[in-house]
Amino acid sequence: MATTTQAVKVGNSPSEATLNSAVPDGPIQEKWGNYCFEMKLVNPANRRKYNLIIVGSGLAGASAAATLAEQGYNVECFCYQDSPRRAHSVAAQGGINAAKNYRYDGDSIYRLFYDTVKGGDYRAREANVYRLAQVSVNIIDQCVAQGVPFAREYGGLLDTRSFGGAQVARTFYARGQTGQQLLLGAYQALERQIGLGQVKMYPRAEMLDVVIVDGRARGIVVRDMVTGKISSHFGDAVVLATGGYANVFYLSTNAKGCNATAIWRAYKRGAFFANPCFTQIHPTCIPPAGEHQSKLTLMSESLRNDGRVWAPRQKGDTRSASRIPESERYYFLEERYPAFGNLVPRDIASRAAKKVVDEGSGVGELKNGVYLDFDDAIKRLGKKVIQERYGNLFDMYLEITGEDAYKTPMRIYPAPHYTMGGLWVDYNLMSTIPGLFVAGEANFSDHGANRLGASALMQGLADGYFVLPYTLGNYLAQTKFDKIDAKHAAFTEAEAKVAEQTKRLLGIKGKRTVESFHRELGNVMWNNCGMGRTEASLKEALTKIPAIRAEFWENVNVPGESNDLNQNLEKAGRVADFMELAELICLDALHRRESCGAHFREEYQTEEGEARRDDENFAYVAAWQFGGDSDVPTLHKEPLTFEYLKLSQRSYK
Amino acid sequence: MKLTLKIWRQKNASSSGRLVDYQLDGVSADSSFLEMLDLLNEQLINEGKEPVAFDHDCREGICGMCGMMINGVAHGLRPAVTTCQLHMRHFKDGDTIIVEPWRAKAFPIVKDLIVDRSAFDRIIQAGGFISVTTGSAPDGNVTPVPKTKADLAMDAAACIGCGACVAACPNASATLFTAAKVSHLNLLPQGEVEKYERVARMVATMDAEGFGGCTNIGECTAVCPKSISQDFIARMNGDFIKATLAGITPNGK
Repeated sequence: MATTTQAVKVGNSPSEATLNSAVPDGPIQEKWGNYCFEMKLVNPANRRKYNLIIVGSGLAGASAAATLAEQGYNVECFCYQDSPRRAHSVAAQGGINAAKNYRYDGDSIYRLFYDTVKGGDYRAREANVYRLAQVSVNIIDQCVAQGVPFAREYGGLLDTRSFGGAQVARTFYARGQTGQQLLLGAYQALERQIGLGQVKMYPRAEMLDVVIVDGRARGIVVRDMVTGKISSHFGDAVVLATGGYANVFYLSTNAKGCNATAIWRAYKRGAFFANPCFTQIHPTCIPPAGEHQSKLTLMSESLRNDGRVWAPRQKGDTRSASRIPESERYYFLEERYPAFGNLVPRDIASRAAKKVVDEGSGVGELKNGVYLDFDDAIKRLGKKVIQERYGNLFDMYLEITGEDAYKTPMRIYPAPHYTMGGLWVDYNLMSTIPGLFVAGEANFSDHGANRLGASALMQGLADGYFVLPYTLGNYLAQTKFDKIDAKHAAFTEAEAKVAEQTKRLLGIKGKRTVESFHRELGNVMWNNCGMGRTEASLKEALTKIPAIRAEFWENVNVPGESNDLNQNLEKAGRVADFMELAELICLDALHRRESCGAHFREEYQTEEGEARRDDENFAYVAAWQFGGDSDVPTLHKEPLTFEYLKLSQRSYK
Repeated sequence: MKLTLKIWRQKNASSSGRLVDYQLDGVSADSSFLEMLDLLNEQLINEGKEPVAFDHDCREGICGMCGMMINGVAHGLRPAVTTCQLHMRHFKDGDTIIVEPWRAKAFPIVKDLIVDRSAFDRIIQAGGFISVTTGSAPDGNVTPVPKTKADLAMDAAACIGCGACVAACPNASATLFTAAKVSHLNLLPQGEVEKYERVARMVATMDAEGFGGCTNIGECTAVCPKSISQDFIARMNGDFIKATLAGITPNGK
């Protein structure tokens, strides 16, 4: 105990001033509706006087940019890709949850709320989750109207399927490309506003700092990734919708460009970072094939609707799958969790697969996977049906592994996928910096310690289409803004800081590539702070990471120039931030002496090997405040109270 | 495996470029094409040379960011895959591979293998959307859509906007890209209202951006990583003709 607390400075005034969640009063069912009425409005004619800055163009960023522009605000939107259509939301496969109850299978807003809080292992804020469940139904309507080609029944109505952690079929989908189709819907709405001149889009632009004037977020500093030019953009509010930080593990299912730079630099400007150790490891990814591996590919959770997960009962069994008789196959999810079977939540499925592989029953050449078998489903439904449901995933699997999953079972293994942690936000999605809003995966708000499948798309679009357009307006209507421009001292200071870091990175001219440092960091994070964490592994990580960081700043080789398209320079800045964030993740994981959801401290487990929470001591959001480059961060706690749901041990048996 | 690479190097849009030879050893057959280029770049950096710039992001074939001409074929010879999904097991030890950027007037080169595809975004701006503002939508099940129509719309909507169709076309035409979006939206009842204005405006923008015309060669579909069918071009042309006959121009009727 003593050792952990030494490393953590606990905020001595559990700071009502800074950690006010701003949840409205009243019964949970009425909070959002009443609040929408109480919020201050900006007169339509006055909206054009406001400039809003939105960083990121994924589901949350694009939907917020489009909607706020439709309302009449002037919007500037930034993304690092060459087009907003490429943001990594595009890669989400399986679906989007919504409490429509079209199937009449017992679903309701309350049940979606219940499933999400329970799936998150009771570490989310009840009021936020309830609102999410409420607006989920509007999202489907909105997307259908935009022309999102959701899967349909023969009668022409919307089809749904089941996802992990739920006993109803509430997941809407567009083949295996739901994220792509939802993103294109938001992207098209955004492009419409760009065409109308209401949004100015900056592609191939990377945000490198948030600018604070008189305690409020008033702009950002951006690097043009083609010319290298550093410029300032000012506005009346800033929205960060820049996604998660799973690339801190190097190998993850994130796109190569996904990074934590925007939220990390906001953290260093005073925004609190909440629950950084809540990182989700997705159970069904293609296992690494060797040293060259640059990223991992997800095989959608929807596959667990029809695929059965198993491994040989006999350790070190080298027979091919088809030669292992039924009686010698260990369907470990079905046996251990008969009620949910293959559809247990992600954290549980991942740990179960890890256990089997650690015990020596792994399959494949490197013995680093388990099987996901479609044989029974193909026999029951026919190959055509399976092809229709998951054809693109089977094709992708074939390209990557050279194996035909219609004939032999897929090999899968867990991989870093999503981060529940992120910048702390209140009910308005505003961070601890007034005027700095955070949406989508970049915030910490709705998923607690574990996100359920098909809920990321729901949250991104809920934040962008239905929450921010209200709460941001409320902030603007209540705030008096001084006129500023990009010549303000705060901007010149921020620009100079960015320029200085660039110069420093290019000047080191050491012997190791940026990539090699990222790999080394990722290895430490995966081994010491991955699916299982212990006090010892975390303490080891906390000595290794600073050493990697120290070497990076002495021995990295960043080729090229600053005033040019320089992909290594971009990457160097991101890796530098990941190295700092990695330390905070480990610190958070070390301080949270309980297991909950995806955060599995091996010291704290039940006799059956399930996560054992400690509600008495840890039913709170851990929000970290930057303490300066040489000081430890300060921990602030937002206590979580559960008025509607009873805290209980999760059971999926 | 050991490879000889001939890669297009060009500093920026205004300078001239050339093919440069590189030798690369130790390539795993299980690695992807982009992982092979990663290996080359690590080697180049360690030799004190400038790495090759190329666009990539998701590396799972859906974002549409990557794309290069591999031995003269957009995304390489494997059918229906993006460059990131192309794996080295389809090459042989000792092969020479020529790698070039997309080449089209409407896609100016930015650097090395990176091109500017913003013309695609401008085509979408012209009409690749349904004009529905947030909050105004009726219940999702109010309008049934026949499954066959929804499925066909999804076939068209699968386009990832990578630009391979343009790169492969001898006319550098963007007709398949444009037709896919027009078809996706025009097939659905939700897109019906703006159908003719949409096609008129998107086609006009496509022409204005400097893409060539379509002469039904079919290279576009052949290289398309999502196998978008040429049938959508016929469908778009049908809507375009009806729009023209009805006197609908990009600026309205």
